[in-house]
Amino acid sequence: MSQQEIRLGFNGRLETKKMELSTGDPPPFDPAQKFRILGTRVPRLDGPAKTTGEARFAIDVRLPGMLYGRILRSPMAAATVRAVDLSAAQKMPGVEAVLVIAEPGSAVRFAGQEIAAVAADSPERAEDAAKAIRVTYEPRPFVVDAQAAVKPGAPLVFEKGPETKTSAGDMPGAAKPLPIQGNVQGPRASEKGNVEKGFGEAHAVVEGTYRTQVQTHTALETHGLVANWEGDQLTVWASTQGIFTVRDELARELAVPVSKVRVYCDYMGGGFGAKFGARTEGIAAARLARQAKKPVKLFLDRKEEQLATGNRPAAIQWVKAGATRDGKLTALQLVVHGNGGINGNTGTSAPVKNIYACDNVKTEEYDVFTNAGPSTAMRAPGHPQGAFALEATMDELARRLGMDPLAFRIQNDPSEVRREEFRIGAERIGWAARDARRQTADPSVRRGIGMAAALWYNTGRPGPKAEVTIHRDGSAEVDHGLQDLGTGSRTMVAIVAAEELGLPLSRVAVRIGDTGLPPGPASGGSTTTPSSAPTVRAAAYQARQKLLERVAKEWNTAPEEVLWAEGVFSRKGNAGQRLGWAEACALLPSSGVSAVAERAENHPEGWKRFTAGAQFAEVEVDTETGQVRVKRVVAVHDCGLVINALTTESQIQGGILQGISYALYEDRVLDRQTGRMVNPNVEQYKILGARDAPDIETIVLPVYDGVNNTHSVGIGEPATVPTAAAIANAVSHAIGARITRLPITPEAVLEAVDRARGGGA
Amino acid sequence: MNSFTLISARSLPEAAREAARPKTAVKAGGVDLVDRMKEGLDAPERVVSIARISGLDRIEAGPPAHLGALATLGALASNEGLRRHYPALAAAAGEAATPQIRHMATLGGNLCQRPRCWYYRLAEFDCRKKGGSDCFALEGENRFHAIFDTEQICVCVHPSATGAALLAYGATLHTVSRKGRRDIAIEDFFVGPDPDPTRENRLGPGEIIESVSLRAPSSETRSAYRKLKEKESFDWPLVEVCVVLRLSGGTISDPRVVLGHVAQVPWRSKEAEAVLAGARPSPELYRKASEAAVSAARPLSQNAYKVQLARVALERSLRDALT
Repeated sequence: MSQQEIRLGFNGRLETKKMELSTGDPPPFDPAQKFRILGTRVPRLDGPAKTTGEARFAIDVRLPGMLYGRILRSPMAAATVRAVDLSAAQKMPGVEAVLVIAEPGSAVRFAGQEIAAVAADSPERAEDAAKAIRVTYEPRPFVVDAQAAVKPGAPLVFEKGPETKTSAGDMPGAAKPLPIQGNVQGPRASEKGNVEKGFGEAHAVVEGTYRTQVQTHTALETHGLVANWEGDQLTVWASTQGIFTVRDELARELAVPVSKVRVYCDYMGGGFGAKFGARTEGIAAARLARQAKKPVKLFLDRKEEQLATGNRPAAIQWVKAGATRDGKLTALQLVVHGNGGINGNTGTSAPVKNIYACDNVKTEEYDVFTNAGPSTAMRAPGHPQGAFALEATMDELARRLGMDPLAFRIQNDPSEVRREEFRIGAERIGWAARDARRQTADPSVRRGIGMAAALWYNTGRPGPKAEVTIHRDGSAEVDHGLQDLGTGSRTMVAIVAAEELGLPLSRVAVRIGDTGLPPGPASGGSTTTPSSAPTVRAAAYQARQKLLERVAKEWNTAPEEVLWAEGVFSRKGNAGQRLGWAEACALLPSSGVSAVAERAENHPEGWKRFTAGAQFAEVEVDTETGQVRVKRVVAVHDCGLVINALTTESQIQGGILQGISYALYEDRVLDRQTGRMVNPNVEQYKILGARDAPDIETIVLPVYDGVNNTHSVGIGEPATVPTAAAIANAVSHAIGARITRLPITPEAVLEAVDRARGGGA
Repeated sequence: MNSFTLISARSLPEAAREAARPKTAVKAGGVDLVDRMKEGLDAPERVVSIARISGLDRIEAGPPAHLGALATLGALASNEGLRRHYPALAAAAGEAATPQIRHMATLGGNLCQRPRCWYYRLAEFDCRKKGGSDCFALEGENRFHAIFDTEQICVCVHPSATGAALLAYGATLHTVSRKGRRDIAIEDFFVGPDPDPTRENRLGPGEIIESVSLRAPSSETRSAYRKLKEKESFDWPLVEVCVVLRLSGGTISDPRVVLGHVAQVPWRSKEAEAVLAGARPSPELYRKASEAAVSAARPLSQNAYKVQLARVALERSLRDALT
């Protein structure tokens, strides 16, 4: 350990703090440091391989003699499995393994639940064989509508208490046991101050109920893996956000030592929170492969993906807020009934608790169970829903107070960073003229501008390891068991190492996606970059130190007497004694020099704990047809120190596009009569397309927070937190009526317009 | 998908002969048929492809126009003659589906495609359109379903954009079967679900659309096409409208008003036509005609909003056509 003075801060306002540094961990970058590569716009290193099709994703893997796995799923929303007869399937041509997933006596709780699996020599034969499995179901009553599920006498989804599944992507504290009554579990409650007192002090109080729908992850590459046994050694190619979580789950489920399981994920087609662990289909593939003694590939189709691989839960949120006449928030209260099908952990309270300063905050989160596919972590769990309800409430409260919604937010925002982001965003979108610009040339079309705040957490975690090797020819490699979801993690690793070693990117090789490498983090919670980047930097720093020690030995001096700058070693007080990078590396043995670093703990002296962000949306709404077009989004975010400006911008754009899609289009529709999803595809489950994408302007403010040695913070999740909220506020501004539900379809807009005109209601 | 024999016909008589055999499907672009076969909705033992028959993709813009059944939507949309003489048809073809699909989808296939009702499209719902005993949409999830003729035994909507346009232009279909050739007026082509919900048109078994012809418009003909969608990319219309009429001496004659995605067939609105015929164009007239068009609408539990969309789309289309 050593102590060092570190400069931290934001927007030119810097402060110096004393910080304890762990041995081998370099000090956080100084704000004045100039970088060669870090922070510039670096195209993805694997861009050409992906563009040409050369990149091999797990779904592309083909092994000699490989079989194809297929899962049989329940068409019933609720039933007891009485018998599963595999005999017909077993006799079919090409079928080499069949197994039962839902043993007789087990409960079916949603349409799409896994019952059995087969492996055959072609996908078509596997599908035919799955259809030939005879299952006897004893149907039970079911409920798919959350409002029906809370009524007395509703069919019970769980007879004996729920079985909530958590993953590495969930918010902390998800697994706590809660009281349950009927289909309702909870509350998870929190209280700060006293909301009754807070409402008593308020001059204006508003309340409202906000409804949001189920959104599915819809990653381009579906869930699945290829499993290959060689004796008791299991090798797997998986589409996953956590190669090590897949390894550990397979070892546990297949009862083999962890040391006998190897997982690869070289390229990956998206996860958004739904791809942690081996999951049912992965375990089935490994079991089928063991039974058949042949490799098995089991990837889900789009329909299965929609039915059973997770989703963002629906929510009904009641929010109440009060403020004084001069605009100080005095109380915030939220009661949410989340609906994640057969899964709990559906809370949305984080934005209410963490964005605006308020002395009195009370939240209660209930999970409502229904016979529907389980929710799971999805890009900022709970936050887009929570932000939608909170930010609508902030707009309504500002209106009641006769205040500008922007000024009202700035007044109540404790984050210096976000207040600056609000100001920048407001200027770029033209906030001051927003009322004047509501009219358009077309009398039926209104323009609206809305805004909302983002929030996330500085969530890098200790634990990952990386190894950096400097070779005798001066090139370097990084070995780091990280998976690149498509976010640019591979490139991020290369940038950090190249920067620290003083090398061009072309001289640094990156090996990731293999559990045989030093373990990287699972990719969830926007923790990847702030967990990996400091680890890779520390390993590169330590490898460079070892090279420096070799140079010191060559010069018969102590390492403290040798300096390194811009790729050149020199001797203190002797400017003439210098050694270039290539010459220094030539001193190394043929094995080069390596260092393995483990990521240090977060520095508790770091400058702040929350990531901010602000988004502004401009929409046009046809008040006669209810159609909404998002014309522009201005997004102002911070994510510590940016490592790759290009992929950071790409993450923000992706978060916004997914947020628009959530705000306007996406909706899982379940048939009330059968409990089955009627749009398990990407045709009627509607996702934003190219012509629906607006102009997006992104601005990223550097924040030197000193929490880790690179000041890096994840951006994947905060980028999607405020988008739907900002759009809903923009639509409400345009039509002069409050939008209280997502998606904002033509029907929802017409209903709101009608309500504002005093009709309907 | 089931196993099947693919027959690539070289001539129409050969195709008609092959198509007449039982359990045989006819394939042009294959856009819809292959989707249905993948889901198991159709399981033909034999598929006769007409895609290689030469000359079936010709477009003679005329006027009068003569269009081969294999002309793709993309080709129809970009044909200069059609854009000049039958602009509403070119627009309907050009705004359908996606660029990729318009490149493959044919005029004949677009007219014969099956509805997009989500209950019909999923094998696990044994609905009336598949010969089952229930229409799940009647009491179920019906936000995209019919608003007219909803007392029927099946409440899906017809998906064909070119069907709506050809009905507005009063086209004639020319077909071929083992029995020979025949002409079918477009008014007689589409059929509602009663008594047989498993079909949407009057083609006989093995009967193939060869071409479509359209009368020459007069110099006084006006037309417009509009659709309203939730998304601009990759989406089906909530409603669409095609209007063709004549304006001579300031007076409207021969109005043909067709609404799409509102009923089991492309829906000709005689009520709107009655208001328009003999009247002089005015915003008040467009409003009256569009109100008349939806006066007979009987929406289902979740699609009342479509009534307003149909009214607004028609009002705007009349404005487009007449001003």
